[in-house]
Amino acid sequence: MVPARRRLPPLFLLGASGAVAVVLLAPLLFLLIEASGSGAGAIAHLIWRSLTATLLWNTVRLMVVVTALCAVIGTLTAWLVECTDLPGRRLWAVLLVIPFAIPDFVVSFGWASISTWVQGFQGAVLVMTLAVYPLVYLPVAASLRGADPGLEDAARSLGLGRFRTFLRVTVGQARGAILGGCVLVALVILAEYGAFEILGYQTFTTEIFTEFQVSFNVPAACALSLVLVVLGAVILGAEPVARGKGRAVRTGAQAQRVSRRHRLGRATLPVHAALALLVALALGVPVGASVYWMLAGGGPFLTGVSVLDAGWHTALYSGVAAALATLLGLPVALLAVRHPGRGGRLLERSTYLVLAMPGLVIALAISYFTERYAGGFGYQGAALLVAAYAILFFPLALVGVRASVAHAPVALEEAARSLGRRPDEVFLRVTLPLIGPGLAAAFCLVFLACATELTATLVLVPTGVQTLATQFWAYQQNLSYAQAAPFALVIIAIAAVPSYVLARYFDRLPGRAGAAS
Amino acid sequence: MRPRFSAPARRGAIVIVVMAAGWLLSACGGSPGQSITLYNGQHVQTTDSLVSAFEKATGITVNVRSDDEDTLADEIVSEGSRSPADVIYTENSPALEYLQGEGLLAPVEPSTLTGTPSRYNSPAGDWVGVSARVSVLIYNPSLISESQLPTSILQLADSRYQGELALAPGETDFQPVVTSVARTYGSAEALSWLEGLKANAGSHIYPDNETIADEVNRGVVAFGIVNQYYWYRMGSELGAANVHSKIAYLAPHDPGYVLDVSGAAVLRSSIHQAAAQKFLAFLVSKQGQETIAQSASYEYPIASGVTTARPETPLAELQPNSITIPELGDGSTAIALMQQAGLL
Repeated sequence: MVPARRRLPPLFLLGASGAVAVVLLAPLLFLLIEASGSGAGAIAHLIWRSLTATLLWNTVRLMVVVTALCAVIGTLTAWLVECTDLPGRRLWAVLLVIPFAIPDFVVSFGWASISTWVQGFQGAVLVMTLAVYPLVYLPVAASLRGADPGLEDAARSLGLGRFRTFLRVTVGQARGAILGGCVLVALVILAEYGAFEILGYQTFTTEIFTEFQVSFNVPAACALSLVLVVLGAVILGAEPVARGKGRAVRTGAQAQRVSRRHRLGRATLPVHAALALLVALALGVPVGASVYWMLAGGGPFLTGVSVLDAGWHTALYSGVAAALATLLGLPVALLAVRHPGRGGRLLERSTYLVLAMPGLVIALAISYFTERYAGGFGYQGAALLVAAYAILFFPLALVGVRASVAHAPVALEEAARSLGRRPDEVFLRVTLPLIGPGLAAAFCLVFLACATELTATLVLVPTGVQTLATQFWAYQQNLSYAQAAPFALVIIAIAAVPSYVLARYFDRLPGRAGAAS
Repeated sequence: MRPRFSAPARRGAIVIVVMAAGWLLSACGGSPGQSITLYNGQHVQTTDSLVSAFEKATGITVNVRSDDEDTLADEIVSEGSRSPADVIYTENSPALEYLQGEGLLAPVEPSTLTGTPSRYNSPAGDWVGVSARVSVLIYNPSLISESQLPTSILQLADSRYQGELALAPGETDFQPVVTSVARTYGSAEALSWLEGLKANAGSHIYPDNETIADEVNRGVVAFGIVNQYYWYRMGSELGAANVHSKIAYLAPHDPGYVLDVSGAAVLRSSIHQAAAQKFLAFLVSKQGQETIAQSASYEYPIASGVTTARPETPLAELQPNSITIPELGDGSTAIALMQQAGLL
């Protein structure tokens, strides 16, 4: 079971992983260089002004409220789907995940275009909660699926009430997954731009955009970005502390038994109503509003690229970036899983720091870097956009790749090697098929994220090219809702496919109700 | 244990390889004929029809990169002599004045400059004025009556308008108004005026004028200051039945009643000088100006004797203040003041 440290990691693996880490952290280096270029005094002046306090307050209070709401909604829905006898569980499992595929800026467009109440703080809370709760739902559902139901039975038999059992045992077992999901939610809020711009809610990211766009002030934008990176690093650093030493280890797959699901009984109908309401708000409103605007149609006042053309470029850039990110994730995951040690762990964790940097910041960093230090090589080219996507969503790829590498038994590879296969043959014929599904899941996850990305795309998209997101944005910004709507619908359609695949992938993991392992 | 996913995985890999190959092929195939790159800070409503008319008339392809005018100006400064841009087309004069100050613009051909009244062109002859726009109040009659509206720009800071004002400090169209106020009343008074605006706007601070127009129209907030064409465009996008707002002018010659000029310039670094100059000449030609007059742009044509074909107050009947283009400058004073007031 434990691969132990039987040999030192091959030099190739170390080198490749190190190179990946350097590329991922380069944008951070850029921020430091640009910000320090204008002198410590100027930076302090830029950071210590009343605006920063406002931004900090706006950003942090939104982050806290949305994260708390997502934790509750995500955990409850995951428990309902995984641990109760809820009818139509598999359909709900898919419907609950799909809102993740709808870009936040489309959700806020949908809401803001039909209701005047949805704006500012309350609007941001509503929209972000509906858009990102699946980030808690997904890991918690996966964790509850693998959790040992015996613990619940033991707690009940020891006299703990039903509610307290849920709180202390069920939630306790899923604590790591809930926290992990909450960290993702908090980081997404830090980096979000499009939704807040539409809702008129000012956060660090919207202000960084303004500093860059209006004030010609790259040092100020970089200084504010550094504050954001520090916030993100604090969140990432706090997670292992909050997770504590609690242990939720199954006695082993052998000990698994078919557990009974909790009976909902008379609660079945109200639960269905509540889930239907959630799905209606999270999925129905954005889709409904888009359809409404498309039918209401004011006529084509603006010209732009066709949905087909924009869709092709979205699929192209996202596909290549997803493949690249998955490929880059392989050496890092192999190093972390097969050769555990302090160096590998540090390297792996450092790559997660990318999550603390908003797409806008990474895009600006890449753009300025090529302009200033690389003689304009590749400037405004598609390759830069693809590279930005791969950097931006590398952590997503790594999560998927790492999980599948961890589940692939080393013994099979060793058996193949002992039968005289060359290492490259072993990798192609044994390792790759074993980790294939995980790689496909990682690819889907990154593809989804790229297809719905807006801010980095706005900065780096090649001249004369539009993606679905940028063309939607151009129309939405000009209040051409009728023309924006089809692009919103196609983004949702494109993103729904990988989310469905993902939901089914998680569905295949062993769970309750007699799944054999 | 057979690997179950190998077939789909293989299929996925094939798709990726095919896509990558297609990408490489499309990247290699360059387009024949001449082409120029336009950095477009103007609204797409205005630019799109002009570009397609120009392409049809000359056979020159125009690659358009659209963004905020300040972002594009900043990009050009950072790109320096390597800039891929041949022409920059902006909504307001300050971005062009800024580039002129950096020495990045090539002189406009004299025959092009004569198409436009000289007060609308760069005093140094480095850019040409293409169209004009004017600042107005947009208001929602169900929330505020016309008689309650301010008639001078200073009154926007009155505490009686607390919570009723919509403001887009990051919008480049707002900078000329600030510059004009600062020039008329001095920086100190302009600063306290901006602080009053900030207090009155409260949570109604928006990213751009489209949002102001939309929010006022929907009744979220009572009134705001925008350029006139936003209201007309909104009407054509949403349909007359969905327009619940009106526009009103400030008192004649008020410092907040500002006429801005949108213009275009050829970059000194451009390697397609002739084609780029041709594009500028087209913008102020009778055909170019007619295109603006007929399109959903709603800006005022200013050259070649063309007037707007749209049902809006004619340019000649407007009574803006007398601030000139050199006085509007590069906008840096306005930005500094707004930063001091905590609006940027």
